[in-house]
Amino acid sequence: MAYVMLELKELTTKYITRFHEDVYAVDHVSLKVEEGKSLGIAGESGCGKSTLALSLMGYYFAPLHYTSGEIIIDGKNISGMKPDDIRKTILGTEIAYIPQAAMNALNPTQKIISFINDVIQAHDPATSKKDCYDLARSVFENVGLPAEVLQKYPVELSGGMKQRTVIATSVILSPKVLIADEPSSALDVTTQKVVIKMLRDLMEKGIVKSMIFITHELPLLYNVTDDIMVMYAGQIVESGTAQQTVFDPLHPYSKGLMGSIIVPEAGLRDHKLTAIPGVPPNLKKPPAGCRFADRCKYVIPECKTNSVGLHVLEDDKRAYRCILPEEELRRYYKNA
Amino acid sequence: MKNTLRQVFQSGKFLVGFCIFVALLLIVFLYPIFIPDPPLAILGQGTFFPPGIYVSTFDSINSQTIYTLNLPDAAARRIDTRLNDQQRQDIKDWLVLDGIPADQIDITNTAQLLDLWGKNYDPNKDIPGLTNAKRNYYQRLSVSLQGLLLTAGQIIALPNATTGALEQTGAVNQSDYVNIGQVANVRVLPLGTDNFGRDVLTELVRAAGVSLEIGFVAGIIATLIGLSLGLLGGYVGGFLDDIIMFITNLFLVIPAFVLLILISFSIGQESRGAFTIAVVIGFTSWVWTARAVRSQVISLRNRDHVNLSKLSGHSITHIIVSDILPYIASYVVMALILQISSGILAEAGLSILGLGPRTTEMPTLGLMMNWAMIYQAQILGKWWAYFPVLLTIALITFSMNLMNTGLDQLFNPALRD
Amino acid sequence: MPDEKKPCLSATGLTKVFGFGRQKTVAVDHVDFDFYEGEIISIVGESGSGKTTLAKMLLGLISTSEGEIYFQGKKRDLGKGIWDQWKKREYWKNIQAIFQDPYSSYNMFNKIDAVLLDCIRMRGGGKLPQAKKIAMMTEACSFVNLKYEELTNKYPFELSGGQMQRLMIARIFLLKPKILLADEPTSMIDASSRATILDMLLKLRKETGMTLIFITHDIGLAYYVSDSVYIMEHGKFVEHGTADEVILHPKEAYTQRLINDVPKIHEEWDLSTV
Repeated sequence: MAYVMLELKELTTKYITRFHEDVYAVDHVSLKVEEGKSLGIAGESGCGKSTLALSLMGYYFAPLHYTSGEIIIDGKNISGMKPDDIRKTILGTEIAYIPQAAMNALNPTQKIISFINDVIQAHDPATSKKDCYDLARSVFENVGLPAEVLQKYPVELSGGMKQRTVIATSVILSPKVLIADEPSSALDVTTQKVVIKMLRDLMEKGIVKSMIFITHELPLLYNVTDDIMVMYAGQIVESGTAQQTVFDPLHPYSKGLMGSIIVPEAGLRDHKLTAIPGVPPNLKKPPAGCRFADRCKYVIPECKTNSVGLHVLEDDKRAYRCILPEEELRRYYKNA
Repeated sequence: MKNTLRQVFQSGKFLVGFCIFVALLLIVFLYPIFIPDPPLAILGQGTFFPPGIYVSTFDSINSQTIYTLNLPDAAARRIDTRLNDQQRQDIKDWLVLDGIPADQIDITNTAQLLDLWGKNYDPNKDIPGLTNAKRNYYQRLSVSLQGLLLTAGQIIALPNATTGALEQTGAVNQSDYVNIGQVANVRVLPLGTDNFGRDVLTELVRAAGVSLEIGFVAGIIATLIGLSLGLLGGYVGGFLDDIIMFITNLFLVIPAFVLLILISFSIGQESRGAFTIAVVIGFTSWVWTARAVRSQVISLRNRDHVNLSKLSGHSITHIIVSDILPYIASYVVMALILQISSGILAEAGLSILGLGPRTTEMPTLGLMMNWAMIYQAQILGKWWAYFPVLLTIALITFSMNLMNTGLDQLFNPALRD
Repeated sequence: MPDEKKPCLSATGLTKVFGFGRQKTVAVDHVDFDFYEGEIISIVGESGSGKTTLAKMLLGLISTSEGEIYFQGKKRDLGKGIWDQWKKREYWKNIQAIFQDPYSSYNMFNKIDAVLLDCIRMRGGGKLPQAKKIAMMTEACSFVNLKYEELTNKYPFELSGGQMQRLMIARIFLLKPKILLADEPTSMIDASSRATILDMLLKLRKETGMTLIFITHDIGLAYYVSDSVYIMEHGKFVEHGTADEVILHPKEAYTQRLINDVPKIHEEWDLSTV
């Protein structure tokens, strides 16, 4: 088995609202990302996928708080570290994070190169400007961005170019794990493709060792990552390879989600889209049993009372969170 | 709506500001009920009586019951108020000039000092090096020192109506006391009197009330003008907007305060009542509200809910009143609060320059400052004539700005922590 | 068959120009089209292609710079200025819209009842007895699988995005316009509720026979729902035709690129053409 670059063990984090209520947005999440592999996290708005991205950096600030669990990066447990130490020694060098609106992070009054200087010198104040420039230039050329970009102001760049610049900057210290949270959802399809190509290149050229890609767009995830995890109401409900999760989903929620995919392909018009009725549960008061029970077609009385664990199938990678056995679920899907 | 109100009162800043403001309002409303004196009644003959309790001497002497109290340090205190350390030093200086060796004089020994003084002082003696003023000072000092060590009382005498000779009607002993509660006339002046001899506290409370009224009227006028012009210009747009923006920019380039001074001046002293001043302030300070409301409306008018309201067949008035106004209401309330407090400040500024409301009817905070300044209270160290006024202005504007920041933090998510 | 179709909404040389002089931007550039009665049309374009501006012109929310719009064969006249409001009101009885963002589509100070009552009033039912109005609102809500009893006295922001968008459809159900313009009606809501919204729109169209115009950036969605597809680029229609023609056999390079760049699941997504 390949070397595990990032591992989460039962990580739980919560938000504390202004009215002092606890919201467990990431609830006992365990995952493993091997070296050279990419993991996709799918889920709808409010399922906790962005919170998971923030949480697995170990960098917490109010209203997000760490509750329990372990984060192990490259063999090092960072879950107990102080935010300041994390910022200095982990972020940028071990983990890099690209938020959704990353391109808005650029300071409009600063040239790109001075932004990069700030990033590098935050980790090593002794680095000279010349070294910074050389490093930036080599990384930019490596990922196919022209070096002239470095001398430009953000307003002179297009949206896609800005996004790629931010991504290139975030990997400038060659982090081991790259977390991309909806890096392309604000972009046009063509620009999105450019950004995705760049992320693929980062992996192929070994600039980053592993990647976690978070999005609500399943077709995109299917094309980008090796494995896919589906999140629902703060929990992992299904995980497996991209092929398995998209074409052979086990959890009723994933099944519904995969049935709602719309792509411009022949045969789409004959295919009936599936809809999942209802709304996700309120995480301030999560239900006692299965969190999907209220929306599930195959619900049985036990679903609402018994807490449901993750079923791990033989090959260790495939898992789903449902009270029903695999065969029964498959039978339901076949008859539907 | 109820939710918004609850949120508003959960904001600490707003709550503090609100409490201060309500306390001020309560004082302004309740004080005249308990102390119904006219605020501009002239009580004192003379200027700037210091804060304190004023007891009628006449009533004390003629009090029904006189109590005898033998307090051990009464005599010493009495001497202290009439012969202080400076005076003791002055006496010693004179005696030394007169030729008595300095080491023989102990200024802490009152009896010995007075004894030496009584034996040696002669107002007609010519001491070299003593100015005329100094000489007069020593004469006055000598008179005031007479009878200082006496323990006997004093006689009260009245002239006989027919003969004109003085006849004793009573006597006051040094150990006589009256109970202040039994004295008919006692007046507490917590902040003393001002230059005209008026009770500063009563005046101040009324002045705060008038200034708040001026602020409210000015603020409401300014907000109404700003709001209607902003709404009209922002929503209707086009040519109307151009005209409104032209007028607004015109007002913007002329400094509001200069305009205010010119208008106040041209109105003339006679017709300048508090209300007139408030209206003038209101008419010169709507500009920023108009601009801010306009820009808010412009961003709102392209919102989907406004489009939907149009598609539902609503008229322009309906859209402005129910689809635009509620969204900017919080903003307008904030602007109103700021306008009120800046209205109060503008009145104070105008009055200090002597362009405030005319002076015979009612005090305002600005007028009180003006009077204190004209009569040089700040030079004479009569702090009670201006400092409480300053504090009141500061408290009012501080509380309002606090409320404003509290609201701002609530309604502007970017400032929320 | 094409001869039988009656044009419902047409335009010739439709243009919208913003600004003037150096800052002049042509958002919609001499567009011609005929939308036929009962058809489902999709206008597909990337951000900045002018599709939303076109939609607003068709709705009469913004004025046209050039060109004419014909509604049911007659030249549309909305009058000028605020004194001709009634002309727009008449027009809006025939054309209605659903907007992209359900969260900003509602006036958050008005209760849900107010939204639905507006529609009844607009259909001339303002003087109906209260019980009749409630019956109509209940019917509209049940059409979109919402319960009127649960919604009455609630504010729109107490609902989820999907529920709000369904309420929008209930609104259309009450208004029964000839044309419905849906501007990205599903882009802000979760994939699992998307199918519900689309199903309801299609069911409503089947019942009322209205013309449905989808404005979208999602070429897959356009393919899934529509009869004819118009591809828009820089304010112009670059290609149009039936959904199968345009999506499966695109002729224009722009359309080909657009379709090629969307990630797919059954076909290979070619990343080399970047």
